[in-house]
Amino acid sequence: MITLDFLINAITLGSLYALIALGLVIVYGILKLANFAYGEFIMVGGYALYMISTIAPLPWLILAILAVLTAVAVSYFTELIAFRPVREKSLTALLITSFAVSTLLQNAALIIVSPRAKAVPLPQLFSTSINILGSDVPVRNVLTIITAFAIFGLLTLLLRKTVLGIALRAAADNFKMTRMLGVPANLVISAAFIISGLLAGVVSIFWVGRTASVTPTIGAAPLLVAFIACVIGGMNSLLGAVVGGFVYGFLFSFLSLLLPQGLLDYREAFMFVIVILILLFRPEGLIRNKYSGERVG
Amino acid sequence: MKEKTLNWFYRNSTIVLLVVPLLIIALIADNIGDNLIERVITVLFINLVIVLGLQLFMGNSGILAWTHVGFMGIGAYASVLCSMTPEAKALTLPNLYPVIAQIHLPFLVSILIGAVVAAFAATLISYPLMRLSDAAAVITFFATLIVIHVVLIRWDVVTNGPRTLFGVERYTYLWTSAIFGIITVIAALWFKESALGLKLRASRDDRYAAASIGINIVRVRWYAFIVSAFIAGLGGGLWAHFITSFSPSAFYLSETFTLLAMLVVGGASSVSGAVVGTVVVTLAREVLRGIENTATFTQVLPVDLLGFTEVFLAIALIVVLALRPSGLLGSREITWKRKRKVIPNGNGFETETNPEV
Repeated sequence: MITLDFLINAITLGSLYALIALGLVIVYGILKLANFAYGEFIMVGGYALYMISTIAPLPWLILAILAVLTAVAVSYFTELIAFRPVREKSLTALLITSFAVSTLLQNAALIIVSPRAKAVPLPQLFSTSINILGSDVPVRNVLTIITAFAIFGLLTLLLRKTVLGIALRAAADNFKMTRMLGVPANLVISAAFIISGLLAGVVSIFWVGRTASVTPTIGAAPLLVAFIACVIGGMNSLLGAVVGGFVYGFLFSFLSLLLPQGLLDYREAFMFVIVILILLFRPEGLIRNKYSGERVG
Repeated sequence: MKEKTLNWFYRNSTIVLLVVPLLIIALIADNIGDNLIERVITVLFINLVIVLGLQLFMGNSGILAWTHVGFMGIGAYASVLCSMTPEAKALTLPNLYPVIAQIHLPFLVSILIGAVVAAFAATLISYPLMRLSDAAAVITFFATLIVIHVVLIRWDVVTNGPRTLFGVERYTYLWTSAIFGIITVIAALWFKESALGLKLRASRDDRYAAASIGINIVRVRWYAFIVSAFIAGLGGGLWAHFITSFSPSAFYLSETFTLLAMLVVGGASSVSGAVVGTVVVTLAREVLRGIENTATFTQVLPVDLLGFTEVFLAIALIVVLALRPSGLLGSREITWKRKRKVIPNGNGFETETNPEV
């Protein structure tokens, strides 16, 4: 029953989910903000890919890089304009702001482009498949896995070897202390949002690559994925996000395989029931880390 | 002695100051006799019921709750299933369970049953959730909303699935909703000052201090959550009998956004704030919606304005939160005379700081 096909699919899904979750956690770790606008950064990436391709006939790789940069820019500017003024005042206000930003971006896409799905240019490579050990594997999946692991590697290097990375990790551990030691808050938070946008941009390429089209509501699904993966892995650690992403990818694949057709419709409901149970009984997630005491009773 | 009477009057002036303008709004709408205005004001009062349901929990407990639109949906479907005639049910829900298909109850009984069902659902699922605060609570409540939404969409025997449920008779008119709206205002004010409300607000302001004087925070939150789900379910029932055909997508993220905007613009931690926010946002929304529709139909502008209302509301919300994170009124109620000074670092959203920043 568990074939190589199934394994590669599960790993592909897992690495994509891990990327998505990382982008959310890198901001959450510092600001404790579950960023509802994160899914919209992914949507923006998809739309950038579509819109730039209609303006200029560039090679696909350059298009993709421009799309990622657009997502980075949007992520950075939302931090600058929307989140920075509210940040120090109230966590509730911050969360509602992120929800407002999400609605704003979604409806802006509705006005500027169209409520209908738009076809996104994809390279030939995305629709071919290669033969690995006797089973046909789409090149897209292989590319997803390679890109994801390359990004994990680069991010690890950044976080362990550079001053910025150390500041980021320190801020996620204890933001107040980090600021007292002279690390500027704005710099760290902006950096976190930029990395978050970068991950969202990369994800957007592969996410729209699955359906080859983009709609204003495309960001909702990855946002939910990110929430689930973060909760499974533990909201307070980057490693937790990656582990959570992979666990979720595998869990999702298994549920699709094992659940009878009638219950398959309720799959998302099952996933969120799991999330609620984890938050209740093991709120620190699979990867234990400093737990910030959000539970009473 | 005189001082005491005066103080009592000041303290209770909020009810008068909120109810009288609302009554005047309803009377004006009634006397103009314009169909559109009457509809808008009816919607305003329905929104008021639901927003106050949200305020009752969110404002007093300080927890950002996303689930209430789900309870609104539960209330809407449950009440409609009671009030529809068996013939209408046979048309729109042919596979409905026979027991429910036979029921045909009066309107008031139906919406009360809807509210009770919503409160019952809240009772069942919410007790363990009440242990959580902050970000964990936000994600859990969000997850609960999604679970409710998935169930509403997939349980098509009862809800007609993602398709529109039709054949509901209209029972909610201007005065129905106005009376329910005003009762809810009074109830919300009363709840805030009741023993339960005070305990809840104590737990919001300092959960350790509250626990140390013997307040069972989880239980207090739980009771309040059930009450607020009841009110949200009631609002859902009123709404369903006003709109008369709807689908589960009406009870999801865009509705959540609208209700949160209403609550937060005015100020979540006071009833006055919720009332003012509801009035302002409902009216602004209708005006914007009018502009959006006119522009779309007449094609005066080169682009479609679909989504313009939401964009405008989102920007307004972001601006309000940036300038006044506690809303226009903050945590103050409207009174004749401000009796107590607002103590800096006192309570509510006004001074709640992000502990991490």
